Amino acid sequence: MRLRSFIFMCALPCCAYAQDCDLSLSGKVMDLHDNAPLADATLYIAELSKSAITNEEGFYEFSELCEGDYTITVIHSECNTIAREVALKSNTERNFRLEHHLEELNQVIVKGKSHHDKLTSVKEVQLSDEALNRNSGKSLGDALNELSGVSSLNTGNTVVKPIINGLHSSRVTLINNGTRMEDQEWGAEHAPNIDINASGSVTVIKNAAALQYSGDAIGGAIVLEPSRIVVKDTLYGKTTLTAASNGRGGAVSSQLTKSFDNGLFGQLQGTVKRFGDFEAPDYVLSNTGLDEKSLFARIGVNRFSYRLEASYSLFKNTLGILRASHLGGAQDQFSAINSDRPLIVRDFTYDIDVPRQEVTHQVFKVKGDKKFGNHSHLEFHYTYQQNDRFEFDIRRGDDAGKASVDLSLKTHTAAFDFRTELSETINFKSGIVGTYQDNFANPETGVRRLIPDFEKYHFGVYSIADFQVNDALLLEAGLRLDHTHLDALKFYRTSFWESRGYDVLFPDLVVEEFNNQILTNPKLDFTNLSATLGTTYTISDALTGYVNYALASRAPNPSELFSEGLHHSASRIELGDLRFDSETSHKFSLTLEGNLKGFQFTVNPYANSISDFVVIEPTGIQQTIRGNFQVWEYRQTDAYFLGVDLDATVALTDHLDWQSQFSFLKAYDSKRDMPLINIPPANIANRLVYTNPSLNGLQLALGSTYVFRQNEFPNNNFEVFIPETQTTELLDISTPPDGYHLLDFSAEYPFSLGSNSKMVVGLSAENLLNTSYRNYLNRFRFYADDLGRNFLLNIRINY
Amino acid sequence: MRTYKFLFALLLTGVFFTSCNNDDDSTPPPVNEEEVITTMTATFVPTTGGDTVTLQTQDLDGDGPNAPVVTVTNNFVAGTTYNGTIEFLNETESPAEDITEEIEEEDEEHQIFYIPGAGLDATIAYTDADADGNPVGLQFTLTANTAGAGTLTIVLRHEPSKPNDGTLSDAGGETDIAATFTVTVQ
Repeated sequence: MRLRSFIFMCALPCCAYAQDCDLSLSGKVMDLHDNAPLADATLYIAELSKSAITNEEGFYEFSELCEGDYTITVIHSECNTIAREVALKSNTERNFRLEHHLEELNQVIVKGKSHHDKLTSVKEVQLSDEALNRNSGKSLGDALNELSGVSSLNTGNTVVKPIINGLHSSRVTLINNGTRMEDQEWGAEHAPNIDINASGSVTVIKNAAALQYSGDAIGGAIVLEPSRIVVKDTLYGKTTLTAASNGRGGAVSSQLTKSFDNGLFGQLQGTVKRFGDFEAPDYVLSNTGLDEKSLFARIGVNRFSYRLEASYSLFKNTLGILRASHLGGAQDQFSAINSDRPLIVRDFTYDIDVPRQEVTHQVFKVKGDKKFGNHSHLEFHYTYQQNDRFEFDIRRGDDAGKASVDLSLKTHTAAFDFRTELSETINFKSGIVGTYQDNFANPETGVRRLIPDFEKYHFGVYSIADFQVNDALLLEAGLRLDHTHLDALKFYRTSFWESRGYDVLFPDLVVEEFNNQILTNPKLDFTNLSATLGTTYTISDALTGYVNYALASRAPNPSELFSEGLHHSASRIELGDLRFDSETSHKFSLTLEGNLKGFQFTVNPYANSISDFVVIEPTGIQQTIRGNFQVWEYRQTDAYFLGVDLDATVALTDHLDWQSQFSFLKAYDSKRDMPLINIPPANIANRLVYTNPSLNGLQLALGSTYVFRQNEFPNNNFEVFIPETQTTELLDISTPPDGYHLLDFSAEYPFSLGSNSKMVVGLSAENLLNTSYRNYLNRFRFYADDLGRNFLLNIRINY
Repeated sequence: MRTYKFLFALLLTGVFFTSCNNDDDSTPPPVNEEEVITTMTATFVPTTGGDTVTLQTQDLDGDGPNAPVVTVTNNFVAGTTYNGTIEFLNETESPAEDITEEIEEEDEEHQIFYIPGAGLDATIAYTDADADGNPVGLQFTLTANTAGAGTLTIVLRHEPSKPNDGTLSDAGGETDIAATFTVTVQ
């Protein structure tokens, strides 16, 4: 019947019943549960190979349709795909309601999807598109700071590392486009090499439960995905321009996407950022400029039964490091800490001098996805990453201008993932991943290697399953096993090798002895087991509970194992330990999510108990010819983290929302009953958002952030002899700075530029009152205030 | 089916591993720190005859755990003026590299400070200057005034602000060397 009418339609084209091919079909796509509009849903008329996409209000429209019977397939990344028959006789309005599987694990969209798989028993938090756009000129860490429970460890204002529930660096895994980032992420001063403008979505999983990606994400995982591409004959793009008063610079980011009906697509995205010296309220932060360029290109094909994609990304940046933070020894540190102003303040400049970092990160990736039957998929990806890191210090003579750190890290990753529906109620997913990594530390620097040359082989295998017990209850369980083999060639100072007793413990590791150095070949193996068990219970339409337990285990990183020498920007000697074992975390988290009329909230308490937790702490003073340095040694202990993250939104009126966030964390070394260092202090953020749809969607927002003083900290102060005064003084490197309050304001106004284009102009001010403050989690808090007032102009054009 | 997939993946990853794993079986070269100053020797030659005084600090393992070895040879004599010179060496290299030359070449960016501590009655005067006419401290005089014992601290600063008032706090910059010697004026 349908076929007949189809042929009939084709055989009787518009000449006969011209007016009948002028019909429209329109309506809304909504969430089945709360009728919330679903944006970016694809509607597809199989008979005509026509598709439409819903706008932000969930609205879609097909025009110029002929009379007839059609099958409409409705696809949305977070929902079950549905197919419905529509008999079109006149202009028709038809709404579709989709089961919005916010909690569905392993849910896969057939077409045009690169969305990552959802976890069931962990409430994920996602950066809104608005937040992504607003932070276009900033770093990933800055953008993530907006989420509750996520803070950042800063080195100045350009190196921003995300902290999730108090943990960072090697304990937070970054997944970019399905592959784990390998960019020397162990370093607290190594910012993630990611341009947020290349990401369509940024999700934070505050747990180790993302077993698909890693088993060692003791703090959590950050998952970045490129934007989805629809199967449609279309060309679209967006451009974001940001200009900022602080740093007197800005960013330009542009993306262009071309896709075809047959599933072929291509996308090109590029960003350029340039800033000069940033400024604190009272002075210029000399040598804190930033130069960043990035490029992302991909081509591929999306078909019903398979997908293929190849992509290349290039990220290149130069980051200035505050000149006044470069110190010679404890005496210099004493004068720097006890000065109200940085000891070096110069006039504003765009030049980025030493000290600075120059990093290039390249990713080449091919991935494919094949559908078997109705319920099974096999995915494959191969990724090659190359990270080249240069750090330039203040040097003398022939060495001036030569890098002090020159590391090249090459990583090959190959993975297979298989997922299937075992039954109506059980989803299963399993995969294996293999990684080969080669780190090369260039000896041409004339500075002893920060971390040694090494080769790393890693192999991982995981399985996850979830079981929908009934409408309200869903169970999830997963298991993962990782094996890592590390083969390093490390030079030790003979004096250190012997003082540690390694000469007695590991005489077999010695390869060759040089003047005052010794070449060793440590070969280390780590086997790590991780697991997750959880459940989601829908208490009522408005209330959902998530309970999750995650076991995670992390092998020590190269810095924890091999550090042995002076860390200039911290002005301290850092010592690793070859004998370290993996650290193991047990994390329980509970989330209660409520969606009442006019009031939404999330309460997320958690407890994380970590055994063999690696901490670095001061153990003494070392005399060198350069003066005295504090010695910090890595040590393994047991630790616990107890915290809670709260989020709430109250609709005060139709136009006015009040958003509130609060995070609190207590973290202790349980063996010594001492607080851990660098734990985010309690903080509360409030935002009043006024939106007026009748004024074209004008949005005004006033934000307030209060960060309390961290009152729990370990005392690492030490005494230092000051030759000028011939006195011994206490060097206070422990006491956290006072709490502070910051205000910000933003306004946004969208303009329509013709039928398919839109422009949004945003104006905002950060640190509105130009408050001078220091942030406990900024490693340069000893030397300089944080950023002063900043005005930003943000223009976004979608076309 | 799953076994097959497993084996295939194993094979594939194996291919990647072997294909990238044939390059370096050679041992990497050691890095001898080029900028390290292991040894500082200050020599004081009396203008009126007598014993030459030498102050030396030597730290052959650089930032390693061994403390520097400090030696003081001979005592100063009250009422005597000494012509002072100072030498910096990197003895991790063989033959030892003379860092003093680098400091001479970049004398605008360096200054050596001589700070008598309590108990030491001595006067120090610079006798050299950089291109801008500011003191460097590679050549200087020390006049031992009255008898006593105390400390003499010698500090080499990189990129101090010049001119300065002769104090470390006004000079700023970074400490490359800081050594305190216990000396006696007879």
